[in-house]
Amino acid sequence: MTTEDMVKTSARSKTEDMLNEYIPILILTITAALFAAINLVLSHLLGPRKSSRSKLSVYESGMKPRGDARHRFSIKFYLIAMVFIIFDIEVVFLYPWALIFRQYVAAGPFILIEMLVFIGILVLGYIYVWKKGGLTWD
Amino acid sequence: MFGAILWFAFPINKPGDTLLQNALFFVLGGVVVISALCVIYFRNPIYSALALVTALFAVAGLFIILEAYFVAAVQVIVYAGAIMVLFLFVIMLLNLGDEESLEDRLSWAKRVAVVIASLFFAEVFYITIKLVGSVNAPKVTSGQPVGDPKTIGELLFTKFLLPFEVASLILLAALIGVITLVHRRSDERSHTSSDT
Amino acid sequence: MDWLTYLVLPLIKIAIAIGSLLLGVMMMVLAERRVSAWLQDRHGPNRVGWHGMMQPMADGLKFIFKEDLIPGHVDKPIYLLAPLVILVPALMTWAVVPFGTTDPTQVPTLFGQPFKFQLSDLNIGILYILAITSLGVYGVVLGAWASNNKYSLLGGLRAAAQMISYELSLGLSLIGVLMISGSLKFSVIVAQQTDIWDWNIFRQFPAFLVFTIASFAETNRAPFDLAEAEQELVGGYHTEYSSLKFAIFFMAEYLHMIVGSAVNVSLFLGGWHLFGIENIHWAFSILIFCAKVTLFLFFYIWVRWTLPRFRYDQLMMLGWKVLLPIALINIVGTAIILAF
Repeated sequence: MTTEDMVKTSARSKTEDMLNEYIPILILTITAALFAAINLVLSHLLGPRKSSRSKLSVYESGMKPRGDARHRFSIKFYLIAMVFIIFDIEVVFLYPWALIFRQYVAAGPFILIEMLVFIGILVLGYIYVWKKGGLTWD
Repeated sequence: MFGAILWFAFPINKPGDTLLQNALFFVLGGVVVISALCVIYFRNPIYSALALVTALFAVAGLFIILEAYFVAAVQVIVYAGAIMVLFLFVIMLLNLGDEESLEDRLSWAKRVAVVIASLFFAEVFYITIKLVGSVNAPKVTSGQPVGDPKTIGELLFTKFLLPFEVASLILLAALIGVITLVHRRSDERSHTSSDT
Repeated sequence: MDWLTYLVLPLIKIAIAIGSLLLGVMMMVLAERRVSAWLQDRHGPNRVGWHGMMQPMADGLKFIFKEDLIPGHVDKPIYLLAPLVILVPALMTWAVVPFGTTDPTQVPTLFGQPFKFQLSDLNIGILYILAITSLGVYGVVLGAWASNNKYSLLGGLRAAAQMISYELSLGLSLIGVLMISGSLKFSVIVAQQTDIWDWNIFRQFPAFLVFTIASFAETNRAPFDLAEAEQELVGGYHTEYSSLKFAIFFMAEYLHMIVGSAVNVSLFLGGWHLFGIENIHWAFSILIFCAKVTLFLFFYIWVRWTLPRFRYDQLMMLGWKVLLPIALINIVGTAIILAF
């Protein structure tokens, strides 16, 4: 066995160990879903059922319900969601950077400058959104 | 950008797959296909959006099987946690309860969609045929798995630095686009004084 | 495949953890009522059992035998799906948090295998937490929309916009911690905080502040409880839910509080470490961890019954114009300090 092969096998078993760490997560997902489903079924089986028309109608603090809730709503929510996506992607990019930062910064501040450029450009966008009133809720 | 990450986190033709990995691949693959079909066939757009979320989840599971852990996490955080929330907001905002009203407007779009979809399919088919067996995971010095966040950081800030910085400009353009889109609307809104 | 390591031990851990989480929820519900009573100089529920200790049991039984009402105007499949979607993420977040020592020389053995007090030490640990947290918004939006009720819809929308706004600060605040730790693994981050002065609350105080406030907002707790502001929206997104389905929403909120505290304790308050003792007995490590989480939960209740509710524009301003810049400045500051 050459040294290269040995490096390969050790890397192999390492990655496989990592993959095995995800098996408990799979089991947990199934357990949690079952637990939630059992709760729903339990309430369906054990609860009494004596429904009446007024019980089945919409609750609007005791007033007679008017129309339904299928209304259009403020564009502000839409704006927030879109700005959120953009910054969320920025956050995701920052994670791998933060992980290797200490290791790389020892060799010089280049990695710091790389990220300052990235954050700087997005801060420009952030200031623009702020100035345009995109972050103000009225 | 994510394509580049995905590309290298995606080792095709990997030896030593275990039985569980294979079994999970077929289960998750099945979920992807079925939920993708549901996206198309559900009449209610909210149901379609939920089916899409399910498909995205199953794809995240596939990424984990392929040891692309970071991409799997990003898949859930960005796609399921951010973009699909926006989709749900938009569906609710437009109040698309009824699909029929859209149908006559969409007839021309269908023809365009057929052309684009076949082009896309041909492209994917070509790439798959061409690349099977020829792609290997890039050599990484640290001995970390390829899909590890650290490995991606190393590649992102050395080899793929330029695309990374360009990505920030794209995001900036998107931000300005958002404001331009919404600002015009909010001016109109002040005239009509809608509620909520 | 080793069935013992990958099936039996995880199942035992899951049973223990979910059992204690549910017990924790029951204790929290009671504690909330008793502590709020104490803060407001009244008695609170003290009749069922010793000092009202059985009150949560009575409440639980009442929930189970209440009428399982599905109103006529709802979108039935999504209405039933929403409680499921809200409970599953709430039950999954704890998986990467070490609730006791993970040191292989200290952990007990079960069936000849080391029994680490952590379900799995993922290499994407913190990202896993963020990914699961980002799904919390679905249960709220779906429940709100499916209910077809104006109060629910408005509450759900408010909650959704609030949760995604604060998620950004939540994610950004952790970057500073990561730069110090160089790892997303919880075991590594906790191990670095053995000595009290190495706790991240001291090394990353702005991050701790932002993370704590953002996690309050993520759980929709007062002073961020606009989604269910009962004076204006009745109950918000769970107005149309009754019996166990309502209990599930309630349970999820308390689970988020408990797990949020556990994550906070692990990331900023030294996890299961205390006084810098290196080789701590496993039983003590669990006790220390639980004690820290309990103290933090008391803080949650204390805040709720002390501060008034925000107005919605103030809430959005705090998230976007205060916490986000603080988190960004913290990252740049940490980077510069580490670089020079």
